[in-house]
Order: sequence, then C-alpha cells, then structure tokens
Amino acid sequence: MALINYAAREINCKIVYYGPGLSGKTTNIKYIYERLSPTIKGKLVSLATEQERTLFFDFLPVDLGTIRGFRTRFHLYTTPGQVFYNASRRLILKGVDGIVFVADSQRDRMDENIESLENMQENLSFYNMKLEEIPFIMQYNKRDLPNIATVEELEKILNPWKVPYFEAIATQGKGVFETLKEISLRVLKHLSQRAPT
Amino acid sequence: MKDETSLFEEEFYEITNILKKLLETSNSKTVLLIDKAGQLIASAGDTRDLDLLSFSTLSAADFAATSQLAELIGEKEFSSLFHQGEKESLYISMVAERVILAVLFDQRTTLGLVRVRVKHASNELEKVFNRIFEKIKKPVKEEKRLLDEEFTKEAEEEIDKLFG
Repeated sequence: MALINYAAREINCKIVYYGPGLSGKTTNIKYIYERLSPTIKGKLVSLATEQERTLFFDFLPVDLGTIRGFRTRFHLYTTPGQVFYNASRRLILKGVDGIVFVADSQRDRMDENIESLENMQENLSFYNMKLEEIPFIMQYNKRDLPNIATVEELEKILNPWKVPYFEAIATQGKGVFETLKEISLRVLKHLSQRAPT
Repeated sequence: MKDETSLFEEEFYEITNILKKLLETSNSKTVLLIDKAGQLIASAGDTRDLDLLSFSTLSAADFAATSQLAELIGEKEFSSLFHQGEKESLYISMVAERVILAVLFDQRTTLGLVRVRVKHASNELEKVFNRIFEKIKKPVKEEKRLLDEEFTKEAEEEIDKLFG
C-alpha cells in the first residue's frame, strides 16, 4: 500500500526483507545503513532482543530525493525470522510494496528456507495478496560459507517463479546494494503502472 | 496494489484542517495521521524535535500489535491506546478502520478532553477517507498519469546514482 500524496507530492513505499531466522535480513539493512550518506538515510530502528535477534522489525527509511516533483522514500523493514514470531511477521507484511526473500544458502538450512517461503505466502494471503502480484526478488546469502547449495539447486527448490536472484555475502556487503537496487526499481515500476490519475 | 492510498489536494487540505482544529480544541502538542503500514499521511502542531518517520512506524506497529492482543482475548479491536509519560502522553486511535490518529499532549490538557475531541475529529476524518477510498476504486485513466514512464526513467537514474 504505497502512500502517494499528490498534495504534498510525496511517495512512500514499503519494502520488506523476509526469510528464515539468521539468514541475514538485519545484516542487509545494517550494511545499507552504514554505507548510505547521512543525507538520504533516516534513523535505523531495531526492535530486537538482548541477543540481537529481531523481535518485531528493523526499520530504515531511505530518501531517494525528488523524482519528477515527487519526494520519494523507501521504508525498508525486516521481519523476525524465528518461527514463533509469526504474528509479528504478518503485521510487517501489511501494506507491503516489494519483498526481498533472503535465503540461507547452507544445505542444512534448506528446510527452513522452504518453510519460511510457504509461511510468507500464507501471511500474504491473509491480506488477500498474492506473491505473483507483488514485486519480489530472491537473495541467496552466505555464499562464503562451506557446505552451501549451488545456485542451480537453490533456484530449483526456492524459485519456481523465476524471479531475479542475487548471490550475496551480506556480512561483507556483497550483493546487498545490487538487491536493493533491483527491488527499488521494480517497486517504482510497479507503482507507476498502477498509480491513479 | 488494491488498497493503495492516494491523497489529492482537496482531501489533503481537508485532513490537515481537521488535524489543526483537533490540535487547537484539545490543546495538545502534536497530532499525526498515519496509515496502517506506518507511513505518515499528515501532521499538525510542533514536530520539530520528533523523528516523524520512526514515530509513525512505531505507532502503527504499536497499534497493530495491540490489535492482535485484542483478538487473542476475543475482542475485535482495542479502539484506542494510551501511553502515559511523566511529561508527555500519547493517545492513539483508529479512524475509518484504515488510518491511525496519534495525539501527543502534555499537562496543559487532560486525557478526557483529548478523547472527546479525537472522537469528534475521527467522525470528520472518516467522511473524508470514505470519499478517498471511493475515488481510489475508480479505474485509472491512462492519459492522465502523473507517475508515467518518465517518472520510472528518472527514478532509475536516481537509484543508479544512490545505490549503484
């Protein structure tokens, strides 16, 4: 539910990083926060436990500046990955404009990836939304770890939609901005195709 | 997206006026109108020392979490939330089942007065939002797009510059 304010000439879009626990969603957002110039980023809000596990969400507003007279902002959110936080996860998806699924490339985490993808679709259907109707991309994270699945395997198991994917090592920032760039573009394209007069 | 919110000048000024009136009649400090996804729609009053983006996001999250709590005990919704601080307090309520009204106030007023004025403002806001939702339902006219291909092109350039 992008908010387009024609009077104040503002566009606000919500991008959510979804995925299983410890797949690197918060690491993505933190890296973006560290690298962006202070003039375009807002405050990073993290609702996390003492052990730095996301409890509710992380939130980072990013200001794209003025595009064709519209001040355009992305609100980046992460969801809590741990299975038992589903109520919170569902709340974050409310009004989502674009989703990045951050998958853990390690072989022994494949079940968690699948479970999280299924859970995401269930939660979307709660809002009468379908994954096919939302800008959506994949990120295969942790490519530097041993015992990871090949991209072909990941694609086969996790990406039947054949949406674009990015390989990433979020701890080093690899693939982080490539992912953000792609989802941002897709969200704005999607928006301009649907915006009312 | 089906429930995209678009605000046009007429409604925006109407909304802002309602918020300003609420601010004055309730003698509160700041009034914010936020959509359920956590995006700020409009505000009135003193917002200088407030991180509006974080405030909006957290208010919406707060309200959403509380609504879930309500559901767990069999209530449809808790229609309002009140957080009392030493100096400043916050009263949050839902308008037209779609937007969140947050009122920040201090000792210059009382919760009772804020509550009464909020109720009145909510009724007015509900009328405006019902009109907005009707407008959004109408089909898009291709030739009058404001966010056109040029917009996408310029956005691409900007994104390249910032994230490239």
